Amino acid sequence: MFYREAGQFKTSYKADQALMPILQDRVGLAVILIIAFAVIPATANDFFLTSIMIPFLVFSLAAIGLNILTGFCGQLSLGTGAFMGVGAYAAYKLTSIFPDANVIVMVLLSGVFSAAIGAVFGLPSLRIKGLYLAVTTLAAQFFLEWCFIRIPWLYNYNASGAIEVPHREVFGIVASGAEATPLARYFIVLGITVFIALLMANVLRGRIGRSWMMIRDMDIAAELMGIRPLRTKLMAFAVSSYICGVAGAMMVFFWLNAAEPSSYSIRLSFQILFMVILGGLGSLSGAFMGAAFIWILPVILKFVPGLMGIDLAAETIEHATFMIVGALIIFFLIVEPHGFARLWAIAKQKLRVWPFPY
Amino acid sequence: MRNFKQLALGTAVALGVGLTGAMTTAVQAQDANYVPLLTYRTGPYAGSGIHIANGMHDYLKMLNERDGGIGGVKLVTEECETGYNAQKGVECYEATKGKGALVYNPYSTGITLQLIPKAGVDKIPVLSMGYGLSAAADGKTFPWIFNVPDTYWDGASVVIKYIGEQEGGLENLKGKKIGYIFLDAGYGREPIPLLEQLSEKYGFELLQYPVPGAEMQNQSSQWLNVRRDRPDYMVMWGWGAMNPTAIKEAVKIRFPMDKFIGVWWSAGDDDAAAGGEGAKGYKAMNFSGVGSDFPALDDIKKHVIDAGLSSTDAETIGGTLYNRGVLNSVIIAEGIRTAQELTGKKVITGEDMRLGLEALNLDEARLAELGLKGFAHPMKVTCDDHAGSHPVFIQEWDGKKWRQASGWIEPMTDLVRPLLEAAAAEYAEKNAPWPARTEPCPN
Repeated sequence: MFYREAGQFKTSYKADQALMPILQDRVGLAVILIIAFAVIPATANDFFLTSIMIPFLVFSLAAIGLNILTGFCGQLSLGTGAFMGVGAYAAYKLTSIFPDANVIVMVLLSGVFSAAIGAVFGLPSLRIKGLYLAVTTLAAQFFLEWCFIRIPWLYNYNASGAIEVPHREVFGIVASGAEATPLARYFIVLGITVFIALLMANVLRGRIGRSWMMIRDMDIAAELMGIRPLRTKLMAFAVSSYICGVAGAMMVFFWLNAAEPSSYSIRLSFQILFMVILGGLGSLSGAFMGAAFIWILPVILKFVPGLMGIDLAAETIEHATFMIVGALIIFFLIVEPHGFARLWAIAKQKLRVWPFPY
Repeated sequence: MRNFKQLALGTAVALGVGLTGAMTTAVQAQDANYVPLLTYRTGPYAGSGIHIANGMHDYLKMLNERDGGIGGVKLVTEECETGYNAQKGVECYEATKGKGALVYNPYSTGITLQLIPKAGVDKIPVLSMGYGLSAAADGKTFPWIFNVPDTYWDGASVVIKYIGEQEGGLENLKGKKIGYIFLDAGYGREPIPLLEQLSEKYGFELLQYPVPGAEMQNQSSQWLNVRRDRPDYMVMWGWGAMNPTAIKEAVKIRFPMDKFIGVWWSAGDDDAAAGGEGAKGYKAMNFSGVGSDFPALDDIKKHVIDAGLSSTDAETIGGTLYNRGVLNSVIIAEGIRTAQELTGKKVITGEDMRLGLEALNLDEARLAELGLKGFAHPMKVTCDDHAGSHPVFIQEWDGKKWRQASGWIEPMTDLVRPLLEAAAAEYAEKNAPWPARTEPCPN
């Protein structure tokens, strides 16, 4: 009833091929975008913006990046954290070499470097598959992390070994550095994330996206039908690493302000992978849902005991959060191994037939 | 499926409740001074972090119970768990800064680095006591950052000075080999520039053994190299689980423990005890009192621990790291007291706190008044010097507890200070436009 496309006739090919052919989807997306661009900036406080929304968007983008590689092209990767790091260090180097350039452009450019490195580490994917590929991307993770620690040029020979984001202005507004307002940073992160997500939604349903999915579903068949595995797989690695790189650069420029190599450790790779698996492999909206679950839920759980008037020690809350989130992950994976995206699809189906389920 | 629906509903309700909670937690006590404590009692660094957290918490709690706070105003403390993780640390900072936070003690070099640029913008000082960015000791460049009583560079110079003393003079260091085993993070790399300069000056060879954070519980390869290189002395910059592991490994390869010297963060009781009998003779630098023989610690025991207001195990009072936490809180408390005196206000702000810390003068008379005679070397902060290069002593593990093994050793301030200023200038240049100091100087 709520979600029924009956009566929505398409009268042109253009309408039929639209990104969202169903009216309810378009309205839903419009509402989400209005909330994101107008309601949240108008109502949220600094903590909500800097500790919930900005990291959530950054992780969503990274999860989209990994989802393209793992969910759409079927190549398991454990190097996401390192590819994000490449983006962060590249953006840092670029902005210290060209201090007057627009920092947003630098962040977007930094992804090119991680794309190149991602493609190089994607080469083994032509010969090895599945868990074995995961091991080679794990090598990328350790090698790149080693580079971040051991090549002082990357962090401008800082004694601390960390990269610290300098003060940069875009069109007269402070965009990065400590003086940047949470609102300015939020808008930049939101803009980049929405832009890339929409771009990818279009790429994925086109020729390129379909060739990735063909490789994922059966690479020999895809090859026989004229899909070149070399180009397709490497492109998936490059696009995925580009997006992860941009996410990594945003992570340090618009969220953390400073990053040590340990910020881009294997922990981060797993975090992103869990977001993708929980959200749903091969789903863009799943990436957002997975990121929300892994990042926002623990932050919010911390406030629940205080709100209910229970005075718990900080570490007890931490331990409890750990256990609750862990239990929920297991629970959701048992109930729906295909992730939140699949749950959402089931919910949509139910809304469609409600109140007369058959 | 029915169960699942209920559960989903429950989760949604919890989420909603939580969200509204996140929005409304900015409750500020009007008649109290609020001090957030960024601590870590979980994760691989908890072994060190718990004692520090207990010490910080207990002293401030004791002031509340015994004196009713400071200057008649109660202290409100709140712990936020960082797990030594920079992302969580920033989250804690953002969550607490709006409640009128007076000062932050990140207890992690990584978190400190992230807070340094924010401090001046949000007008909340950062007290990184004996850690963090060494260059921050330059108060002209970093008016909001305090790292009393010492920087890592002070510490590194004390170690070399002490080794020189053992060898009968710094000139005898020529041709000696000194190994440096460190946590491969900002923290452990911080002293390297100074150590390299000293090695050039005194002609000793510096051997570096980095220990990656992820593998700090497996140091056999590093110690295998130590056994091969046979350094005359070993110096350690370790934290968390790295310390006990290193000491165990050193015992295993029969490294002479009296020639193994740790920084003040490698001076925990649990760290040394992990080495068993063999750890006897292990040395570490320290700047906070040894043992529990201080009236203020007795007060903590009486008013806080016996009253059941703390999770501290009474046995651990007087441990090095516990006392370190206490000293941290002493500096906070004295900063608040000084700020109250300077401004005439009872409930102060972050800006007042900055003035208080900058005018901090913890002399011997005041220490005795606090019931902490001999607990620390007298400290005086000036507007130029936010660290103070205060002397440090060496303590030795006798197999059961620490005992002081040397007098107070002055750092090589003449060497360290120019390096600090150069590093501060470099930091300001790299982070241009770094704001010039406009804050008034209280002394």
